[in-house]
Amino acid sequence: MTGPSHGIGTGPGLDHGPGGWGGTEVSVRYDQGMALDHVSFRANAGQVTAVVGGDGAGKTTLLRVLAGALAPGSGVVHRPGARQTGYLPAGSGIYPDLTVAENLAFRAAGYGLSAAVARERTAEYLDRAGLAEARDRLAGQLSGGMRQKLGVIAAMLPQPELLVLDEPTTGVDPVSRSGLWWLIARAAAAGSAVVLATSYLDEAERAAWVLALEGGRELAAGTPDEIVAAVPGTLRLVTARPGGDAGRRAWRRGGRWRVWEGPGPSGSGVSPGNTASHPGQHSGPDEVITPDLQDAVTIAVLARELEMAGGTA
Amino acid sequence: MWAMIVKEFRQVRRDRRTLAMMIVLPIVLLVVLGYAASFDVPTITVAAAGPQAGSISRLLRPPFDVVTAAPDQGRDWAQNQLRDGKADVAVVTGGAGPAVLIDGSQLFAARATQAALADLEQKVGTAAAAGPVAAVKPAAGVKPAAGADPAVSILYNPDLNTSDIMIPGLAGVVLVFIGTIITSLGVVRERQSGTLEQLAVMPLRPRDVYLGKIVPYFAVAAVDLAIVLTVGIVIFGVPFRGSAAVFGLGALLFLFVTLGIGVLISSVSQNQGQAIQLAVMTMLPQVLLSGLIFPLSSIAVGVRWIAYLLPLTYFNEISKGVMLRAEPLGPLWLPFTCLAVLSVVVVTLATLRFRRFLAPSRVRSA
Repeated sequence: MTGPSHGIGTGPGLDHGPGGWGGTEVSVRYDQGMALDHVSFRANAGQVTAVVGGDGAGKTTLLRVLAGALAPGSGVVHRPGARQTGYLPAGSGIYPDLTVAENLAFRAAGYGLSAAVARERTAEYLDRAGLAEARDRLAGQLSGGMRQKLGVIAAMLPQPELLVLDEPTTGVDPVSRSGLWWLIARAAAAGSAVVLATSYLDEAERAAWVLALEGGRELAAGTPDEIVAAVPGTLRLVTARPGGDAGRRAWRRGGRWRVWEGPGPSGSGVSPGNTASHPGQHSGPDEVITPDLQDAVTIAVLARELEMAGGTA
Repeated sequence: MWAMIVKEFRQVRRDRRTLAMMIVLPIVLLVVLGYAASFDVPTITVAAAGPQAGSISRLLRPPFDVVTAAPDQGRDWAQNQLRDGKADVAVVTGGAGPAVLIDGSQLFAARATQAALADLEQKVGTAAAAGPVAAVKPAAGVKPAAGADPAVSILYNPDLNTSDIMIPGLAGVVLVFIGTIITSLGVVRERQSGTLEQLAVMPLRPRDVYLGKIVPYFAVAAVDLAIVLTVGIVIFGVPFRGSAAVFGLGALLFLFVTLGIGVLISSVSQNQGQAIQLAVMTMLPQVLLSGLIFPLSSIAVGVRWIAYLLPLTYFNEISKGVMLRAEPLGPLWLPFTCLAVLSVVVVTLATLRFRRFLAPSRVRSA
C-alpha cells in the first residue's frame, strides 16, 4: 500500500536540479544486511519532509546519504553543495567542551559566514531557541533538549538550501519539542528544504511530505492525508485484544485496542483464504474509526508482515 | 562479583585488538628489548690524524677500530671527526706528542674508551702507551679525563654528565608525547563524540581539517620544547653550543613525523583507549631503541634496524649533535634526510587516511 508517487509538485527547491533534492533508487548495504533498498525520496524548498519508521528502518542511513556523510551503494542522490547543506547528525554534532557560542562560531566559520553575519544570526537564533542566557555555558552541561536545540540552530546557521535533521526531538521534553518544531518551521519558511527523521508520528503529521520506511524499504510515501487516505480496509476500536487471527492485526494505543480489517474477503487485506475475524470475536463494543498517520503507518507495517508471512494471517 | 568477571571477560574478548596487544605485545617487547638492552660498547671507532696515523692504526686493537686515518691532518680535523659523529675517539700524532680526544657526547663509548685505555696502559706498558698519553694542553671547554693520563681529553661533555646526554634526547621524547599521544586523542575524540561526521559534511577541505587539527598541537609542542630546553640549560647546565636554526629545523621535521603518526593512529583507532595503546606502542620502541638509553652500537644488529625506522633516532642525533657538539647542518645531512623522508611518508599516509575518513563512508554496492 504505497502512497502516491514522490513527485509533489514544483517549488523553489527544484531550481537546483531536474529532480530537486533527494534520491532515486538509493540502496545501501551494511554487513548486517540492506539498510536501504531502492528507496526514492524528494525534498522541496520551503517544506518539511519527515522520514518515519521504527528502529533499524533506515532513517539515519537515508539522512546520512542525503547529507553526504555516506556514499550510497547504488542510486542517485541530488543535494546542494556542502556549503548549502546543514546537518544535524544523530549525535547532535556539538562539541561538549565548547560553549554554546563557541560551537556556533566554529560552525559559522566552517561555512564561511562573515563575522558580522555570524554575530547577527547567532544572536537571533539563540534568542529564538531560548538559549541566549546559555551562550557562555559549555554545551556538555546543557540539558538534552537544549543540546538538541543548539544542534538544530547550528545546522540552520548557514541558512542552507537543504537542512537534514536526524531525530531532532528524540529524548526531548514536550516543551523543548515544541520549541524545536518552531525553529524547524521557521527554517522551512525561510526557504530551506527540511528533511528530518522522527520516531514520533504525531510530529510527522506536521510535515508536508512523509516517507515511511520499514526494514530499509519504502512503506508509504506522500502527504500525511494521502497516506491516511490510502489505508485499505477498516479500522475498529475495541476495549480488549481480540482472539484468533484478528489478534495478529490488533495493537494497543492509549487505553484501547485497534483492529485492522483489510479489504479482502478474509479481512487480512493480503490474500483470500484467511480466517475471517468478525465483531463477535472482539471483547466489548467496537466502533469504526478513521485512522490517523500513526494508524496508517502501523497498518502498512502489518500488511507487509502479513504479506511476507505468505498471507497466512 | 562473578557476574562482573564474566562481563569483563566478554568485553575483553570482543576487543580483539586489546586482547592481541595484551598477549602479543609483552612477548614482542621482551624479545626486542632483550636484544636491545645493553650498555656494552663492542666497538669504539677511532679517527687517527698526524704523521703517525698509520702506526696508530696498526697499534690499536679491539675494541678500537680505526675507521679513518689522515696523516696529513691535524687536531682540527680530528676534532671535526668527533663533532660530525664520524668517530668516538680521535688520536692526533705529531707535534709535542700524540693526544687522545674522546667524544663525551657518546657517553658509553667515552666510558668504554677510558676503560680500554687504562687496560691498554696496563697491558702494553709505558712504551706502547707512551704514544696516546703524551701530554697535551687541554683545549678550552675540554677537561682531561679523570683518572687517565692528562693527554686524554674529553670533548663536548667533559664531565661525562648523564643529564647533558639525556636532556637533548628527552626534548625529543616530549615532542613524541605531544605529537603522538595527544594528537591521536584529539582526532579520535571527534570520532567518539560523533562530531567527525559533522566535520565530514561541512564545507571544509580534508587538508584544512588536518592542518587545523595539528597546528595547535604543533604550537603546544614547540612551547613544551622551549620549556624543556630552558630547564635543561638553566637548571641542569646542559650546553647549547650549536645553531638554534639547525635545531629548529630538525625539531620541525621531527614534529611533522610525530604529528603524522598521531593522526595515523587516530585514523585506525575506534576509541581513545585504542589510540593510547597504539601511541604507547610507537612511543616505547622510540624511547628504548633510539639511542637515548642504550647506545645504538650496543643494540643487536637483528633489532638495530628498527632503530633506523624511528624518527627519535634521527632527532636524537640532531639534538645531541647541535646542542653538545655544535654540529652544523652539513654533517647532519643523513639524519635530516632520513627525517625528511619519514615526514613525507608519514604525513602523506596520514593525509590520505584523514581524507578517507572525512570522505563519505563507503559501504558495499547493493
